[in-house]
Amino acid sequence: MPHFTKPREGSWTEHYGLGTGPISYEDSISPEHYELERDAIFRRTWLNVGRVEQLPKKGSFFTRELDAARTSVVVVRGTDDEVRAFYNICRHRGNKLVWNDFPGEETSGVCRQFACKYHGWRYDLEGACTFVQQEDEFFDLDKADYGLVSLRTDVWEGFIFVNLDADAPQLHEYMGELGAGLAGYPFHKMTQVHRYRSEVRSNWKLYIDAFTEFYHAPVLHAKQAVAEESRKLQNVGYEALAYKVDGPHGMVSSWGGMSPPKDLNMVKPIERILHSGLFGPWDAPDIGLDELPPGLNPARHPAWGLDSFLFFPNFMVLIWRTNWVLTYHYWPTSYNTHVFEGTCYFVPPKNARARLAQEMAVVTFKEYGLQDSNTLEATQTMLESRVVTEFPLNDQEILLRLLHKTAHEYVDKHLRKTRGTPVRVSAAS
Amino acid sequence: MATLPADFADLEPFSAWAIPTERARYAKRLASTMDELQAFYDAAFPRMEAATSYLEQHGVNDLREDGRRLLWLYCSLVTVSFPVEVWRQPRVPDSGSCALDAVVEPAI
Repeated sequence: MPHFTKPREGSWTEHYGLGTGPISYEDSISPEHYELERDAIFRRTWLNVGRVEQLPKKGSFFTRELDAARTSVVVVRGTDDEVRAFYNICRHRGNKLVWNDFPGEETSGVCRQFACKYHGWRYDLEGACTFVQQEDEFFDLDKADYGLVSLRTDVWEGFIFVNLDADAPQLHEYMGELGAGLAGYPFHKMTQVHRYRSEVRSNWKLYIDAFTEFYHAPVLHAKQAVAEESRKLQNVGYEALAYKVDGPHGMVSSWGGMSPPKDLNMVKPIERILHSGLFGPWDAPDIGLDELPPGLNPARHPAWGLDSFLFFPNFMVLIWRTNWVLTYHYWPTSYNTHVFEGTCYFVPPKNARARLAQEMAVVTFKEYGLQDSNTLEATQTMLESRVVTEFPLNDQEILLRLLHKTAHEYVDKHLRKTRGTPVRVSAAS
Repeated sequence: MATLPADFADLEPFSAWAIPTERARYAKRLASTMDELQAFYDAAFPRMEAATSYLEQHGVNDLREDGRRLLWLYCSLVTVSFPVEVWRQPRVPDSGSCALDAVVEPAI
């Protein structure tokens, strides 16, 4: 018997028509399929590259290496305060325009213009070419024809997105119902940022799989709870309060009894004193919300603890009852490697004790993340053995079906456009 | 020379744990034995109520140098609490060659 109400069809998976059969993971172990995903997904969808707070003033910029999309971009706030993104390439002979020491590493800062290291061509913050070294030596060169190449840039709730596809729908349309349901959440107040980065030896989708289901939590993370509580959690298992699917995006709404726990003996000694843990500092700061936006806690369940949103392809937002936010980004670097970024956002701590409570939440996230990432390498290597090729997924793993199905649909659509007939590497049925 | 607020003089033997960044705190945890981690925990944990009461009186940016070092030291206790309270070893079990490195954190 479910503890929380399921849809009339009897399961979330059937409710959203995602099929109930076993799925193939060929899409996560095939180098050829990954090459298709780069063009079909990462060069076609809105990618979150940062937040507006990273560009506090005119001339603030950062670069982003988008290996999966086969490019690098520089994102900058112009003298007119507009946020723009340009391909990170000099119009003269193709040198990467903005980088330090290592061309493959990201950088950030504040500048009045961009100057190429190679021959000194310069561009203003709006991308116009303003200076060509020995301009007279060129043949009929008009600087107006040699501005930086821009790409589509838009902002959703303070998150900056770029899209390499000129024909893609508008960002607000793309974010759909789930994006609209978060409108007005005060992300901008959470300026206390801790970011972690990991090079993970697995396909990018495997880490999303791990973070869009909590079925694993009572087992993989068993030791992070005190022994008695851990046994209880394993017996009960995991059930979400609700799932939502809208187009390529999905969300899972979860209970969260640990902030604060019903009984202090449920948590570790240091948490009892610091009043903080995985679910964040228990003493939730005031963020000026009289009511949750409609997209949060869709079941309006009193035991609500957090909602996790997956915005396809690689951006996750977790919003916690205790008024803090966690984002995940997964940046593929090959079919079986990717860079993971986990970022915690809090409101500035009201005192040094609150800072320590935030540290507790952040470090707990890291301990969990370390448990998760090594499991991924173990999964990747065995999937690649192809000893087993089909895997059953339960109803609490619905968002995995959604992710693999959506990724396939993008690849199929791309193949229809470029080759006429889709050749499926595998099927998420 | 005292490096922590006078009320926490008993923690001076562990002042090497007053480390400003999470990455360095984690590195020291991995470079320590369980006996060393346990000794630090056993000294600092019983003083935690007092330390958090002290920290509660100050904004992060208003802390004097000794207060900042106390906050750093207790950030280290957070890092060390996992091996002592949970793992019984410095590394997260089964974390092998994995690393999850802080690349941005608010300065204290």
